[in-house]
Amino acid sequence: MIAIAAGVALISIAAALVLNAFQGNVVFFFSPTQVVAKEAPVDRTFRVGGMVEKGSLKRRADGLTVDFIVTDTAKSIPVVYSGLLPDLFKEGKGVVAQGKLGPDGAFHASEVLAKHDENYMPPEAAHALSKAEADRAAKSVVNPGAAR
Amino acid sequence: MIPEIGHFSLIVALALALALAALSLTGAARGIPGFVAVARPAAQGQFVFVAIAFGCLAWSFYSNDFSVLNVASNSNSSLPTAYRIAATWGSHEGSLLLWVLMLSIWMLAVSVFSRSLPEDMVARILGVMGLIAVGFLSFMLFTSNPFERLLPAAADGRDLNPLLQDPGMVFHPPMLYMGYVGFSVAFAFAIAALLDGRLDATWARWSRPWTTAAWVFLTIGIALGSFWAYYELGWGGWWFWDPVENASFMPWLIGTALIHSLAVTEKRGAFKNWTVLLAIIAFSLSLLGTFLVRSGVLTSVHAFATDPKRGIFILCFLAVVIGGSLSLYAWRAHRVEPGGRFELLSRESMLLANSVLLLVACGAVMLGTLYPLFLDALGLGKISVGPPYFESVFMPLMAPAILLAGIGPLVAWRRGDAAQLARQLRWVAIAALLGALFVPLAFGRWAALTSTGLLLAFWILAGTLTALVVRIKSNAKINSAFLGMLLAHAGVGVFVIGITLVKSYETERDLRMAPGDTATLGGYSFRFEGVHELPGPNYAAARGSVTVTRDGETIALLAPEKRIYRVQQNPMTEAAINGGISRDIYVSLGEAVGDGAWTVRVHIKPFIRWIWFGCLTMAFGGLLAASDRRYRAARRREDATAPDATVVRGSTA
Repeated sequence: MIAIAAGVALISIAAALVLNAFQGNVVFFFSPTQVVAKEAPVDRTFRVGGMVEKGSLKRRADGLTVDFIVTDTAKSIPVVYSGLLPDLFKEGKGVVAQGKLGPDGAFHASEVLAKHDENYMPPEAAHALSKAEADRAAKSVVNPGAAR
Repeated sequence: MIPEIGHFSLIVALALALALAALSLTGAARGIPGFVAVARPAAQGQFVFVAIAFGCLAWSFYSNDFSVLNVASNSNSSLPTAYRIAATWGSHEGSLLLWVLMLSIWMLAVSVFSRSLPEDMVARILGVMGLIAVGFLSFMLFTSNPFERLLPAAADGRDLNPLLQDPGMVFHPPMLYMGYVGFSVAFAFAIAALLDGRLDATWARWSRPWTTAAWVFLTIGIALGSFWAYYELGWGGWWFWDPVENASFMPWLIGTALIHSLAVTEKRGAFKNWTVLLAIIAFSLSLLGTFLVRSGVLTSVHAFATDPKRGIFILCFLAVVIGGSLSLYAWRAHRVEPGGRFELLSRESMLLANSVLLLVACGAVMLGTLYPLFLDALGLGKISVGPPYFESVFMPLMAPAILLAGIGPLVAWRRGDAAQLARQLRWVAIAALLGALFVPLAFGRWAALTSTGLLLAFWILAGTLTALVVRIKSNAKINSAFLGMLLAHAGVGVFVIGITLVKSYETERDLRMAPGDTATLGGYSFRFEGVHELPGPNYAAARGSVTVTRDGETIALLAPEKRIYRVQQNPMTEAAINGGISRDIYVSLGEAVGDGAWTVRVHIKPFIRWIWFGCLTMAFGGLLAASDRRYRAARRREDATAPDATVVRGSTA
């Protein structure tokens, strides 16, 4: 009996831990289009992904802080990051950044992820790009005149 | 010609595996001695042909045969020889072949070191392993042939991913797979025992050394992987809770629970059902890991090109193995007789509690690993579950497990003596509390979490030492299984000290440094001397030089590199590390930012090596335990009494 009670207690504690940790630590993903549409949370860490816009990477005078633009080809948002960029971070390539939206409207990244293979597109980034593509296609069907 | 021989050998191996599974399982079930006798030679034959296939693939890589698609995609003529051979398992197809090779090695080992086992038992065990081999060999032959030709042949290969061009690639995958696949032995033992209905202490005694051996390989494999990630990925982390790491960590957790549960089953005849269930879960998780890593549902360093057909094949195989073995379990488990009784305060209950904790911890890891995949598959959005989740769940679950591990060896089987235990634990508690309070002061910064971590570490170390002293005082014989257990527990203590200190006191800085600039971190000063170009065998490197000094005394000259590999044109960071018992100094280069200046990241990692040293100590303890003379002595005794044993079995049947 005691053993069973202890087991049940243990599992409830574990479940409480898991749920609590899940609530606090799950990071959601948003595409630039969603961020521009204000769907992303303001005071919470989230991820944004897409392509680093060509020619957008600029280094500030301190040598460590960089500004770049992440785009899903439909909308784009400015990102600020301070620190070493990963090896495969490149303009025109896929990227995922994790951080918070700042009051200046820029995304302040605490972490920048690029992947381990040159041809590889982070799935979140690929998802954002293909969604923007699909939206465009849908629009051009609804209103063929506007596409021309 | 060589690739065709390899391909043909795989087909022969599949045929042998089919024959092995069909004949030996039927033979054992129906009692046909001729069929039972097929098991050993068929398993050995399967090993020979898989080894030939593996040799052929390795040869194709070694001899730069770019008419083989696999070689053309994953190697290059300028790749150094050691990495050309390691590239054999650098692709999806090659790593599967390695998986099957490891399985065949374990089967060979079982066929050779099983003289003491009844013939029908050997046939069942090898038959079950043969079934697994059938699954994987057909998976390889039908969806991922490593010998596929490329016509016309490529002039040169596309090279091995530069991240994998490292000595870690030579050792980490074979060790890890040896461990992963090794749980198939424990699984096959469990299934054979369920089929046979003979689940007893002898069964546990047979399984124990095999399970421990697999666990040792897995421990070393994971530790190597962690060390590799630490020095190669360039940001100084040693564990990322990446889904692929979790895929290898989950079988490890259950494997650890299984080892402990097997001990109870062997010594006391208790928890038989629980042990069998753990054996099934451990191997199922190995398969799940293979599925996660090989099907392309995950994206990480370890994942290769995605092919939905492959994913579905492994998923079906997974369903068949897990579903089949759990059904068998449900069907047969109730027939197992309950084992010896025990009190609440007893070693049995401690071990039971520990294995439940490990199982729950594994469940929490699994939830964090699979939940994002499910959400994504169901189109409910993309989320990521990072280290904060795993840390906040895993640590509270492991803390009581470590406390119990410190006490367990002091408590008697069946019924512990509370008063005696309290006397012994007094010293353990005092030592742990003193260590937890004063060690952080030596670092100059006290925090509750640091103290908690150290309390656990000193608790398990002191408890282990006490158990040794008690055993020596009692004049009882100290066998290597006992010593191995103590050593492995001490390894946990060392490991926890490493994690606690590195988590509490590590420091890092990202800097922009021009030649001649100096920065300080943690009492060390780093002078950046500049960067010069340096050609490598298949890459061009920019090598920086950083002089590390402390109180005017030069500690180290570090040379971090940024390499551009010629074929794939990928940049790669090679960190420079000055290692030591009490700290690592870790420097990596970012990128050139003009005027000879570079971005540089410097870390001080106190006591980080203790993490891997702790793992190696655990593995060495496991090795000592698996090599205990008891297992061999038992074998000889059984040989002598074999005829009687048959009679006994005959009469009870």
